[in-house]
Amino acid sequence: MENRIEKQIELKAPVARVWRALIDYREFGEWFRVALEGPFVVGQVSRGRILHPGYEHIVWEALIEKMEPERLFSFTWPQIQHHDKERYSPDYSQAPRTLVEFRLEPAATGTILTLTESGFENVPSAWRADALRGNDGGWTQQMKNIENYVA
Amino acid sequence: MSPRSRSRTRTGRAQPPVLFAALFAALGDTTRLVLVGRLSSGQPASIAQLTAGSRLTRQAISKHLRVLERAGLVRSVRAGRESRIALDPHAIEEMQKYLGAVSRQWDDALARLKAFVED
Repeated sequence: MENRIEKQIELKAPVARVWRALIDYREFGEWFRVALEGPFVVGQVSRGRILHPGYEHIVWEALIEKMEPERLFSFTWPQIQHHDKERYSPDYSQAPRTLVEFRLEPAATGTILTLTESGFENVPSAWRADALRGNDGGWTQQMKNIENYVA
Repeated sequence: MSPRSRSRTRTGRAQPPVLFAALFAALGDTTRLVLVGRLSSGQPASIAQLTAGSRLTRQAISKHLRVLERAGLVRSVRAGRESRIALDPHAIEEMQKYLGAVSRQWDDALARLKAFVED
C-alpha cells in the first residue's frame, strides 16, 4: 500500500520557465490559486489565502524546505482537517504535516516535472475525504486537461 | 485532536481514530499480510483456523492479530463461545479515500501549472 503520492508530467516549456512558475510567489499563486503575502524563503513560513471559490476562508501555509535552482523546490505543509467554514481552524500548530517536492529535469521537448507528497502516515484516518484542499471538482479540470493535451 | 487515543475494547466500540502510521506498520510484516489476506474473503476465522497451516504458534498468531486490531484492521467478533477474527476494511478505505482526494487535487493543480507555463 502506498503512503505517498507521486505524479510525473511533461511540460512543453524550458526548465527555467517552469522553475520560475514554481518559486516566484506571484506565479505560483496564479496556477495554485493562492494569494501569497511574499516571496518564498528557505527556512521560513509562507502564508496566503486560498482563492478557490468556497475555500477563501482557508489560510495557505507552508514551510519552505529546499530551493535548489532548476532542480528541486520543496516545502512541508499542514494537513487541514476541516474545510467547511464552521469547523475550520487556522491553528495548524498541532496538524500533521506532509512534504511536497517538485523535481525538474530537462527533456527533449521541455521539462519533466515530478511531484511527490509524502508523510501521510502521520495523518489520522478519520480525516478522510473531508480534507479537500480547494478542489473545484474533477470534470471541468479533466476537460481542460484534454484540451491541453490535444492543443 | 487526540491522535493517540485508541480503544482496545472488544465489544460495541466506536471506531477509534487510527493513525495511518499504525496501518503501515501493521501491514509491513509478511505474517500479518498473510493473515489479512486470509481474512479478505470477509469470512471471520478463529485463531485456531488462522494458526492451522502456519509454522507459527497460536501465541505468535495472537500477537500479530493484536497488532492488526490496534491498527483497526481486524476486530474480534463473538460466535457462540468462541471469538472469531474479522477483517475491518474501514481503516484501509479511509486512507484510500483520503489519498485519492489529495491525488485528484494534484492532478488539477498540475494541469493548471501546465496550462500556465505552456501559454
